[in-house]
Amino acid sequence: MDSHSSWLILLSFGDRGWSDSLLWGAGLSLSLSVTAYLLGLVLGLMGAAAKISGNRIARTIANFYTSVIRSVPEILIIFLVYYTATNAVTSLLQMTGLVADFEVNGFVAATFSLGIVQGGYSTEVLRGALVSVARGQSEAGYALGLTPRQNFRLVVLPQAIPLALPGLGNLWLIVLKETSLVSLVGFTDLVLAGKMAAGATHRYFLFYSAVAVIFLVMSGVSTVLLHMLEERYSKAWRQR
Amino acid sequence: MSDFTLYLVQQLAIGVQATIVLFFTAALAGNVLALPLALLRMSKHKWLRYPAMAFILAFRGTPLLVQLYLVYFGVGQILAGIPALRYSPFWPLFRSAYGYAFFTLSLNTAAYCGEIWRGAIESVPKGQTEAGRSLGLSRTRIFLSILLPQALRLALPSIGGQNILLLKGTALASTITVFELMGAANMVRWQTFRVYEPLFAAALVYFALAWVITAGFNFAERRLALPR
Repeated sequence: MDSHSSWLILLSFGDRGWSDSLLWGAGLSLSLSVTAYLLGLVLGLMGAAAKISGNRIARTIANFYTSVIRSVPEILIIFLVYYTATNAVTSLLQMTGLVADFEVNGFVAATFSLGIVQGGYSTEVLRGALVSVARGQSEAGYALGLTPRQNFRLVVLPQAIPLALPGLGNLWLIVLKETSLVSLVGFTDLVLAGKMAAGATHRYFLFYSAVAVIFLVMSGVSTVLLHMLEERYSKAWRQR
Repeated sequence: MSDFTLYLVQQLAIGVQATIVLFFTAALAGNVLALPLALLRMSKHKWLRYPAMAFILAFRGTPLLVQLYLVYFGVGQILAGIPALRYSPFWPLFRSAYGYAFFTLSLNTAAYCGEIWRGAIESVPKGQTEAGRSLGLSRTRIFLSILLPQALRLALPSIGGQNILLLKGTALASTITVFELMGAANMVRWQTFRVYEPLFAAALVYFALAWVITAGFNFAERRLALPR
């Protein structure tokens, strides 16, 4: 692969072009976004529930979590979680004596580090939505004899989800862009695929532009889909 | 203090200066550019509005890391290929990674803050403009004296949040060889093979910096709030 090949050849498929590896990286970025987003939602739901609960310890922990995520750079948290999680899991498994040498799957480690960052943002979005559900709703639930847990699951949560939808859509766009950071811990996502292609051919502008365009397409398509989803939900809300 | 702690503190102290300078310069340039950008974005003329829309879309639709790579490695390589620039006395200016980081971070902030300004200006009630018009004020006067002060009050909380994101964004400048706080922590990490101490120390410093910025914006918000 000489550096004077035409850009059309460099961006073609097959053994002379780099599009295969770029698209493979894009696929990995996309699936990593999905898993990190889901993990973030689970953590966010727990965090939001803790923040509005009466338990002071739970509230303090949740507040600490969100303020750390809010003010410490994502890349630092990703480094910390990536190394801590892989080390902890590896030594834990070695202690049990079941596996002699075990390495944490890169995808799992990346999911955890991104998901923990995402959980902080989700906590705030979900908390906002849960708080906006009218107080009388949960009071009515208690009057019917529901336990706090049933009340949360059956009364508050279903009403909060449509309210949270615009915020949750934003979170998806954020996590999509944030997957780029795992390239810095060596995970072969879209950015690292572009970096390797650029390094091998010395065509930096070409390949980083290609990576940027792929990200633009992914976030553009997501924006259109999210808009349709919101439209549908708000329609259902109006027809009631 | 052990040798390691002393060394860590020294390196972080050097790094944090670059972080602070980069944050302030980029915040200044980005926030100054944001309002004109919002005005272009809201312009009635297509040839002003469409370029502004494309600019905002490009910066908001791609990761900051990719923008930094594209500007530093991509544009930097193209600039190096121009002999008139490569051998000019200004070349050191175009060679420093700091300049590219400043350029990218300020444009990124301008794009995000521009959208915040647009939202704030558009959500000032229509009656305000109409009242200004019935008093016979010019369009410029209405914008400067009626819309802008109210929009500022609406925009300030989000702009504060965006500036925190800018602080966090400066950590990515280490990926294009700027020696700031994150870069310092990474260097200590590689030299001493200690993973946790440098990272936790850097996190603590970022936490403190974010706290100061938040306090500053809270102060401004309180000063601008309407008396109750």
